[in-house]
Amino acid sequence: MEYTLYILLLPFLSFLVLGLAGMKFSHKTAGIVGTLSLAAVTVLSYVTAFEYFTADRVNGVFATVVPYNITWLPLGSLHFDMGIMLDPISVMMLIVISTVSLMVHIYSFGYMHGERGFQRYYAYLSLFTMSMLGLVVATNIFQMYLFWELVGVSSYLLIGFYYTTAPAIAASKKAFIVTRFADMFFLVGILIYGYYCKSFGFDFNAEGFAQGAFMLPTALVLMFIGGAGKSAMFPLHIWLPDAMEGPTPVSALIHAATMVVAGVYQIARLFPLWIQYAPEAMSIVVWVGVFTAFYAAAVACAQSDIKRVLAFSTISQIAFMMVALGVCLPGHHGEVIDNHASLGYMASMFHLFTHAMFKACLFLGAGCIIHAVHSNEMSAMGGLRKYMPVTHITFLCSCLAISGIPPFSGFFSKDEIITACFAYSPVVGWIMTGIAAMTAFYMFRLYYGIFWGTENKELHAHHTPHEAPLTMTLPLIFLTLVTLTCGWAVNFGSFVSASGEDYPIHLDTQIAVTSTVIAICSIALATYIFKGERQPVAEKMKAAAPSLHRWAYKRFYMDEVYQFVTHRIIFKRISTPIAWFDRHIIDGFFDFLAWGTHRLSLAVRGLQNGSVQTYAYIFLLGVLALLLILTF
Amino acid sequence: MDYTQFLNMPAELSLLAVIVIVFIADLLLSPCGEGDSCRCSCPCRGRLRGVLPVVLMIAHTVLMLLPCSPLSCCTGAEAFGGMYVSTPMMHLVKALLGAGVVIVMLMSARWLSEPENAGKAGEFHELVLFTLLGMYFMISSGHFLMFFIGLELASIPMTALVAYDKKRYESAEAGAKFILLALFSSALLLYGISLIYGATGSLYFDECGLWLDGSLLSTLALVLFIAGMGFKISLVPFHLWTADTYEGAPTAVTGYLSVISKGSAAFVMLTVLEKVFGASEFVDIWNRALFWIIILSITLANLFAIRQHNLKRFMAFSAISQAGYLVLGLCGGTAQGMTALVFYLLVYMAANLGAFAVLCVVERHSGKIGISDYDGLYATNPRLAFLMTLCLFSLAGIPPFAGFFSKFFIFMAAFKAGFHLLVFIALVNTIVSLYYYLLIVKAMYINKSDAPIAPFRSDCPTRIALALCTLGVVLCGLLGCIYNYIDTLSCGL
Repeated sequence: MEYTLYILLLPFLSFLVLGLAGMKFSHKTAGIVGTLSLAAVTVLSYVTAFEYFTADRVNGVFATVVPYNITWLPLGSLHFDMGIMLDPISVMMLIVISTVSLMVHIYSFGYMHGERGFQRYYAYLSLFTMSMLGLVVATNIFQMYLFWELVGVSSYLLIGFYYTTAPAIAASKKAFIVTRFADMFFLVGILIYGYYCKSFGFDFNAEGFAQGAFMLPTALVLMFIGGAGKSAMFPLHIWLPDAMEGPTPVSALIHAATMVVAGVYQIARLFPLWIQYAPEAMSIVVWVGVFTAFYAAAVACAQSDIKRVLAFSTISQIAFMMVALGVCLPGHHGEVIDNHASLGYMASMFHLFTHAMFKACLFLGAGCIIHAVHSNEMSAMGGLRKYMPVTHITFLCSCLAISGIPPFSGFFSKDEIITACFAYSPVVGWIMTGIAAMTAFYMFRLYYGIFWGTENKELHAHHTPHEAPLTMTLPLIFLTLVTLTCGWAVNFGSFVSASGEDYPIHLDTQIAVTSTVIAICSIALATYIFKGERQPVAEKMKAAAPSLHRWAYKRFYMDEVYQFVTHRIIFKRISTPIAWFDRHIIDGFFDFLAWGTHRLSLAVRGLQNGSVQTYAYIFLLGVLALLLILTF
Repeated sequence: MDYTQFLNMPAELSLLAVIVIVFIADLLLSPCGEGDSCRCSCPCRGRLRGVLPVVLMIAHTVLMLLPCSPLSCCTGAEAFGGMYVSTPMMHLVKALLGAGVVIVMLMSARWLSEPENAGKAGEFHELVLFTLLGMYFMISSGHFLMFFIGLELASIPMTALVAYDKKRYESAEAGAKFILLALFSSALLLYGISLIYGATGSLYFDECGLWLDGSLLSTLALVLFIAGMGFKISLVPFHLWTADTYEGAPTAVTGYLSVISKGSAAFVMLTVLEKVFGASEFVDIWNRALFWIIILSITLANLFAIRQHNLKRFMAFSAISQAGYLVLGLCGGTAQGMTALVFYLLVYMAANLGAFAVLCVVERHSGKIGISDYDGLYATNPRLAFLMTLCLFSLAGIPPFAGFFSKFFIFMAAFKAGFHLLVFIALVNTIVSLYYYLLIVKAMYINKSDAPIAPFRSDCPTRIALALCTLGVVLCGLLGCIYNYIDTLSCGL
């Protein structure tokens, strides 16, 4: 499968072409170049997936294929490799990334139409896609880290795409700094891992792992912190809501479907290590996930900016995937990885897949709406279903999917997650069911706020909202079709499962019925509260608990806490004294050196007086002095 | 006598041929007296006169560098009973010096074609080529007599070059100072050689090396030898002529003096120290001498360089300090040191000649040579300012450029030979040197000037010279194979 190399090379090439010579192209040409290369990548990914999954299983599992691997940087016994590794999850990710990325490329034609820097936008998209693809096919943790950072850079560039506006600049910096801070732990984890296990590779059967086992929990938890930064787990989530300052298609691609699930992917990639060497540490993943899911769902209930609601919903859904990975248990019958005990692994990957599709669809739909009303605020919307039928229907389907209503894909994946949670502990199971109910509630609050309720006549008087152009609605329709079908039409478990063996997904009727009923109830509640022209119940609830609403609206003041810790404590108490030391002691020392040099150079100036006799004397004295030095 | 021995010295023969052809051509093509205007009307005659030496030198250098030309030297050779010795490394150094001379000729071409020099352009080429021939013999000598003849052949025509603008007071003064001190140092060197003869009864390098053992007599000879070579390389405390001579000499000659003359002397000093004073107990003695000389050279020159206002004087002190780094490669007398030295020489040649080419062209168009005259050069002549910056960065040793690697290799070699303190002091001094090199960059880019140097187009030969130098500065940094190639030659000293 040598052609997989082109999956990485094509977007890189289009990044180079558009980045270096983009300004020479017209908008249209640049867009076509970017989109065509991505289309080729998508085709290649599908061919790869087809070829990979139709190959015969060896001992019941799909064999890992490494079409490329070169030693990039040898360091004694360790070495950093660069290559391409295909296994079920990386191939699955190839499909997710290339599909969503292609949709976003097409969608951006309409959304970014006429924007300044259109070519730059496509160049960055290509860079991002290349980095994300490189991340998932990495053959070793170090290559993963390199592309991980590249992904961070391209995310930074794209969030700050509107670099003339202050919030975009602030948001891009925030995203970069917070994720970099988390990545520091990732790097330390990698180094510990490499040092004790004598390898950076993903071949976990090597002997080194048994020797380094005692350090593995530490290394894995450190790497998890890095993953938590990228995947916006509490308390490192603060960058994601601000990242919505970027263009909406970017939010769909990077901050909903692909980059933010890198943390989940990382844990899945190292899953055999977690389950074998650090099963206790997995409870950290569970509880961080549970808290984040709850926190984000609570905040999402009170936000008024539609992209913020979607951002918090993303955080909450990624936390679902994290929880699903965390609740995996070692197998009972001697084997370490057992498909039944580790149902969460499959559930998590399944949810990653379905979520990527419907969340991208939601974001792209939100983009259409913003495009139509020129605002992110729900107050500017309402009653849009008449004007934008396609957006309305696709948005509704995706809302149903995320709420877990059959037969949409979200129902199947979420049901597996909740089944896995109940197997782990009923407490976690019930909490997650409750959060799923909250999800349905806030999603339909959003839906009714946008498409029903009071029409903002004042705003629409100047400018009637209209349906988005075909380039924008086509991706919506495609993603909705995927969302509609991928839950029941294919058996995800036969492609991806914890042990790699075929795992037929079967619904646990009890849990499926319960969660569906609960979801329908909360949708009904949301309908009751938010559907009407006026919303007396919502007003009453707000009045009944004003502080709760304010806290949720202000995201429980997490940003302010960060502000306080960084500015008041770190900057003021720690950095200021260090800066003083640097300015006065360190700089002072060097200023003293400079001053001394200056004085000395004044003092020796007389040596060079221009008289040949003096020169000859000094010459001779030099000879004598040298002789003295050498003989005594 | 077996005359075929001459064939063992192809480089010298070819250079001699160049000298003869240039000489005859100059006679035939030279402009005639004032009254006789019949033959001067043809402009191509004058042009040919200027172009011919450059073309011949380029051919000579290229033939020396090409691997399978009649001038190439793949194995060592000897002639005249060991008086003349040649190794691939020596051959490479000679070729590098030849390339340097080409650059010097290119950058002085326009200056020589000015009316005031019209009658004596041929002299310039002849003198330069003769000094180069002297250096060739000096490098390839296996006997002190040969060595001394080469040395003098390299330095007496140099005096004439320094005093080339003989009508200009400073040039004449510089020439006088140079010849007086050169004679002084030659006398001391000769005295040293006579002591060596007294101690060993031979002047062959190989034989002397067997007998010299670190006694007081031989130590005195060593000191006198180091002093004599120190004068050529302009090491402290034998450097005092440098600033005055550099300032007074024509700029192209200063460039020549600061790079080629210095580089050849440093290389010869290394080979002679190795061969003649190479006894193990002796190595410690000259290492101790070099220790002090290097510290003094680098530090004092830096201190002086900070205070200069005239760029040529400034370059003089910069050259002294660079000489200190160059000699650092001698420490320990290891093969790695020799590789580092030759590589340093190559890079230094490119960077320093590049800087001098800029000085030269600016001086000719504006007559200005002070550091403050360069204020705002970037605004008027951005390309020149950029090239100058490139060369200065390389001289200062800033990473992407070749200068960084050459300094790094020199430090590595000295560090491995055990000179930790010396390397540390040299490192500290690079910081000081960064300061004064950046002063010029600051002048060009940041300082504002009321009367900046007017924009001008530099002439074609200078452009070629600048392009060659830039290529050297950039390529030597990027291509690791150059260093590796030199390294393969260095084991055979």
